[in-house]
Amino acid sequence: MLSRTADHLYWMARYMERAENTARMLDVNYQTSLLPQSADAAENGWKGLLSISELTEDYASRYGAVTDRKIMDYMVGDERNPSSIYSCLMAARENARAVRGTLTTEVWETQNQTWLEFQRMLRNKSFQKDPGESFEWVKFRSHLSRGVTVGTMLQDEAFHFLRIGSFLERADNTARMLDVKFHAVESEFFGTGNGQATKDQEFDFYHWSAILRSVSGFEVYRKAYRNVIRPEKVAELLILRADMPRSLAACMDEVVSNLHHVANEQSGETLRRAGRLQADLKFGRIDEILATGLHAFLTQFLDRVGTLGIGISRDFLVPVAA
Amino acid sequence: MTASFDEMQASREDVREHYRLYDRWLSQQPGDVMRSRREEAEMIFRRVGITFAVYGAKDEDGSGTERLIPFDLIPRVIPAHEWAEMEKGLVQRVTALNRFIHDVYHGQDIIRAGIVPGDQIFKNAQFRPEMMGVDVPERVYSHISGIDIVRAANPDGSGSYYVLEDNLRVPSGVSYMLENRKMMMRLFPELFSQHRVAPVAHYPDLLLETLRGVAPAAVNDPTVVVLTPGMYNSAYFEHAFLAQQMGVELVEGQDLFVRDNFVYMRTTQGPKRVDVIYRRVDDDFLDPLAFRPDSTLGCAGLLSVYRAGNVTLSNAIGTGIADDKSIYPYVPKMIEFYLGEKPILNNVPTYQCREEEDLKYVLDHLPELVVKEVHGAGGYGMLVGPASTKEEIADFRKVLIANAAGYIAQPTLALSTCPTFVDSGIAPRHIDLRPFVLSGKDVQMVPGGLTRVALKEGSLVVNSSQGGGTKDTWVLEA
Repeated sequence: MLSRTADHLYWMARYMERAENTARMLDVNYQTSLLPQSADAAENGWKGLLSISELTEDYASRYGAVTDRKIMDYMVGDERNPSSIYSCLMAARENARAVRGTLTTEVWETQNQTWLEFQRMLRNKSFQKDPGESFEWVKFRSHLSRGVTVGTMLQDEAFHFLRIGSFLERADNTARMLDVKFHAVESEFFGTGNGQATKDQEFDFYHWSAILRSVSGFEVYRKAYRNVIRPEKVAELLILRADMPRSLAACMDEVVSNLHHVANEQSGETLRRAGRLQADLKFGRIDEILATGLHAFLTQFLDRVGTLGIGISRDFLVPVAA
Repeated sequence: MTASFDEMQASREDVREHYRLYDRWLSQQPGDVMRSRREEAEMIFRRVGITFAVYGAKDEDGSGTERLIPFDLIPRVIPAHEWAEMEKGLVQRVTALNRFIHDVYHGQDIIRAGIVPGDQIFKNAQFRPEMMGVDVPERVYSHISGIDIVRAANPDGSGSYYVLEDNLRVPSGVSYMLENRKMMMRLFPELFSQHRVAPVAHYPDLLLETLRGVAPAAVNDPTVVVLTPGMYNSAYFEHAFLAQQMGVELVEGQDLFVRDNFVYMRTTQGPKRVDVIYRRVDDDFLDPLAFRPDSTLGCAGLLSVYRAGNVTLSNAIGTGIADDKSIYPYVPKMIEFYLGEKPILNNVPTYQCREEEDLKYVLDHLPELVVKEVHGAGGYGMLVGPASTKEEIADFRKVLIANAAGYIAQPTLALSTCPTFVDSGIAPRHIDLRPFVLSGKDVQMVPGGLTRVALKEGSLVVNSSQGGGTKDTWVLEA
């Protein structure tokens, strides 16, 4: 298939996935903000969200102080914020439009309908009136987008590039979310261990369950561990459990298997790196990861995912030299 | 200007034979049902994204530049015998036009025979000297031709079809023909069980067959692509639609490159050779090395590959010489010259302002005439005499005198009308018809074409850029 077509498909899927993850993080922060908590804790939650997307400076320069209402505006409908739901859904739809002939009618119409409906919701101020319901809607449109892809598209190259885009983006997003959320409390759990782990249990429960909820992992956790929520188990679930669909391991399994389907003469190195990353997760252990430091591990993971993205663009998407 | 011929009503009481069934059905439909159907159609067109892009425009809500072409619910119906005659005429006309283009770029018999003056060709901006002596497969230049046909009333109340213009460069609109039919079948399935409407959905198949049929002779299993200027082009939907329906790649100029005098596209598995390019990019933009050097829409070196016969361009370069308005008046004589047949379809009588006598007549009769720019398109740069004010006519007169050779004039034809669903209810509006004629190994077409309708009361301009809409076109099977 055309390299440019593959490029549009890959980015269409990445942006749709990013829209979903932005909605997930906003939703969790919003739900948390409804709980009784200190103003500091609430503000830290929102700041964390900005730092996940590397938007702290952009936000500060244009919006100033952190308030939940302003952050919501910034992350939902601001067209100048490249990670806002608006920007992601528009980019997903523009990429889809550029290759609508390659998509099945159902996939294209789903993408187009999402964009049209989203504009209507912005006009009706749905996100202000009912944030929870609106974020849920974004998640569902993303589910639908993936579902209609799997349900209607021929499993050819177009399909594989869509899948690669979805899972590479999800790997990136899950890792960022983990990094920020664990970083916020790392000193108490995995850091130097200064013996002051005296935060009350309630905080623990809500903090860790919020992380789980943001990746639809709360019920999964209970099922997988049948135990109280422990941070190291949360980390294990979201990093190493290949059967947890939003974990780093699951994402890399998908990336690797789809990459194998589209391999070409020059993609050897990219496949090798992807396989290596997959193996590290497959054979890694959570106690080792925690011993070296979660933040260091995740930073390195994000670097490697970034390199993988560059490799994929070079090998498949950016036009081969004439 | 005589009264218009109405496609449905022979008189106020009398509905034409081929519309009777439909009329009976329509009279039973409550107004609000039709209204809600229209809203439904609009919603579906939006969702499917059947839109055209408007350069530089923004909607009130700032949501962008995509507009719907208004779709009218009331079909334009053509009886079988009329279509049969029109189809014969179209095959004849397009065959002659292709012979003419071949002749222009080869022996130029028609000039030597004194039928078309040489300066009309050599001084024409649409003449491409690069094409002299180039042989194209099957000697076909215009593979896809859009022939605009109107019907005007005769003094006795009957109507006659006239060819208003030939579109042999990159005629568009066929996707609307197909989508309009799909929409009608979705909204009013019962109508299709009552009427024997000739199907049109196989157009993409015929198109692909046509394109494959004109691949370079040495190629067994040709790779066909559609070349689009990109997603911001006004007809992008159509480009994407046709590529998808044919199952071929939709490429942009940046996806193509030339190596060793062949054209390749860049794919995820490396370069792949391209044999037939259905290009929806104008000649001027096809090859920056040969034509406009600033063009990023084409592919450098394409012309040289083309001249070597290693790729087919569809339509060929230089077809504009045959659809230019200054050449149009000669088409009936071309048909006689090349085919030895009487033209089946009429031309509209045309005054060529470059001729002194004609110009004098035109200047004396401006309020009755339609004056068109020879190289204009899209309904711009023209004067519709009967619809213009004295000042407009006076202004236009100056423009015309300053550049007489740039204009032709025709009597204002009262385009036929067809009942149309408008805000005030159902009212007659003027229409035309664009059948799409495919020429490859054979000349073929699907029955009907795209009917465009001028939605403004009294307006004769059907172009979508000027407030026109479209209708489904039914050719009834005998």
